[in-house]
Amino acid sequence: MAVLLLAEITNGELSLDATAKAVSASRELGEITVLAVGAECADAASQAAAIENVTKVLCAEDSLYGKRLAEPTSMLIASLAQDYDHIVAPATTDAKNIMPRVAALLDAMVISDVSAVIDHETFERLIYAGNAVQTVKSRDAKKVITFRTSTFDAAGSGGRATVEDIAVSDNPQLSEWVEDKLASSDRPELTSAGIVVSGGRGIGSEENFALVEKLADKLGAAVGASRAAVDSGYAPNDWQVGQTGKVVAPDLYIAIGISGAIQHLAGMKDSKTIVAINKDEEAPIFQVADFGLVADLFQAIPELTDKLD
Amino acid sequence: MKILVPVKRVIDYNVKVRVKGDGTGVDLANVKMSMNPFDEVALEEAIRLKEAEQADEVIAVSIGVQKAQETLRTALALGADRGILVVAADDVHNDIEPLAVARILKAIVDEEQPNLVLAGKQAIDNDMNATGQMLAALLGWSQATFASELSVKDEHAVVTREVDGGLQTIRVKLPTIVTVDLRLNEPRYASLPNIIKAKRKPLEERTAADMNIDVDPRLEILSTTEPATRTAGIRVNSVDELVEKLKETGAL
Ligand SMILES: Cc1cc2nc3c(=O)[nH]c(=O)nc-3n(C[C@H](O)[C@H](O)[C@H](O)COP(=O)(O)OP(=O)(O)OC[C@H]3O[C@@H](n4cnc5c(N)ncnc54)[C@H](O)[C@@H]3O)c2cc1C
Ligand SMILES: Nc1ncnc2c1ncn2[C@@H]1O[C@H](COP(=O)(O)O)[C@@H](O)[C@H]1O
Repeated sequence: MAVLLLAEITNGELSLDATAKAVSASRELGEITVLAVGAECADAASQAAAIENVTKVLCAEDSLYGKRLAEPTSMLIASLAQDYDHIVAPATTDAKNIMPRVAALLDAMVISDVSAVIDHETFERLIYAGNAVQTVKSRDAKKVITFRTSTFDAAGSGGRATVEDIAVSDNPQLSEWVEDKLASSDRPELTSAGIVVSGGRGIGSEENFALVEKLADKLGAAVGASRAAVDSGYAPNDWQVGQTGKVVAPDLYIAIGISGAIQHLAGMKDSKTIVAINKDEEAPIFQVADFGLVADLFQAIPELTDKLD
Repeated sequence: MKILVPVKRVIDYNVKVRVKGDGTGVDLANVKMSMNPFDEVALEEAIRLKEAEQADEVIAVSIGVQKAQETLRTALALGADRGILVVAADDVHNDIEPLAVARILKAIVDEEQPNLVLAGKQAIDNDMNATGQMLAALLGWSQATFASELSVKDEHAVVTREVDGGLQTIRVKLPTIVTVDLRLNEPRYASLPNIIKAKRKPLEERTAADMNIDVDPRLEILSTTEPATRTAGIRVNSVDELVEKLKETGAL
């Protein structure tokens, strides 16, 4: 059995964490070939080659692939598919954009956001915002899968895969890139951080979000937000945690001024330790919190930030 | 310009989902059902394009059980011009997979020739996030997923997409498929006069079988179970106690 794994690459840079988690999720499925795609992908390819359990890395370098547009990238993957039984990727927004398209090109049903591998054709995935776990068996000849990264540990390093350049496919010229507005931050990445501090509507304004950020920086944590906080303009969209945002499972998750709607819980309830700070003692977030503090966040957060030295 | 909006009937997002004890699925009998929230946003966007005279017809399509016609009536009350129901299942517990939905939608697109398909990014029941991308593949069309801004000009659409790192803007050739995120707009409510008017709007009914489209699932569902539940921990009375506990348990 052979696996083709789409590496997560943004602007030539490999997301080692997401890619290595997908590698560990695929370990039981067969020999793993990583596909590195980008305007520049040599560095990313050699980094991917060092992930444990990777046998080979294919490098498809062309300006065409610079922005990971779905149409050319899915064409390329579909053209390589004949040699593989499983075509997989970490469930990032890029892969969620591309992989269903690949699946349809191969007349297969994509298996999205898989949280456990039972065997080469049987997988677990969460449905209804994480309120039910479904075990599905694929009848398709080729299995196209995205893996929920929060439930897999990253594969280690020390691999010595070969890197091979491959030909690019045609540009269907259906779409073009216009602009990226990507946040750059010195903080750890939300989906791989050991600690996440998230703020909700209770924070009240964009200015007040500085309280959350200050606490996060003290802890070396990533910053998250509820959808309500993002929708209200307190926080950027890429901070959103939940059913329709990012799924995180850090060692410590601190939810501040977040009520705990199921759609939010879907994105964080696998965290190891959950702390909730909310002034409403009935808030549902307390039902999943290991440590709950009923308090006004405008007093509790500065105090907590001060006391962490 | 003609716009096609696929709308799915799903369990209402406020309902607490109950997994059936025998592992066969989630209990949907006598549960409040609504239009998938993302599809409300897609429909709203289509109606706004029509109001701005950029579109002349909005067609809502739903695939599922007979009762999905309620969802289509809602779409008509909100401003869609006509509806197409494709009956593909006789039991609400039988969910039609995105690949089959995409194949049915492709057949409808081939007939109706819309310039734009506006779908939701994800159905909140199966959480697949796949149908729009699959339909784009089957048609060989461009796609723009997770849209939080959309403008249509001549032969192109410019779409801002919500991606992991922030926002990406792309320009796609028409005809195209856009899947929408919740932040694209805020959907309106249907007014009573419009609900009454909607009863007279055309709603065509078909079946997947008549269309000769196989809807057999590719993913056989072996079981559906409750996820591991978390139990509430303890309440702390002060910030000091919180810090102490976090240190004690090694969380800090
Ligand atoms: C289809 C769909 C998808 C969704 N996806 C997501 C998602 O991915 N992620 C997500 O988060 N949500 C999502 N939502 C929204 C979700 O349903 C909730 O509306 C949202 O999570 C609420 O955010 P919140 O907890 O910040 O706000 P609220 O529910 O308004 O809670 C604010 C909390 O702050 C507390 N508070 C206020 N002031 C203070 C203070 N001074 N001190 C302490 N506490 C205070 C209040 O007691 C309250 O509990 C989705 C909804 C839908 C319909
Ligand atoms: N049965 C259906 N009927 C109508 N539209 C659907 C159906 N299933 C999916 N869709 C559309 O495809 C989007 C994504 O659904 P999914 O791929 O299932 O997450 C939804 O938001 C709808 O716009």
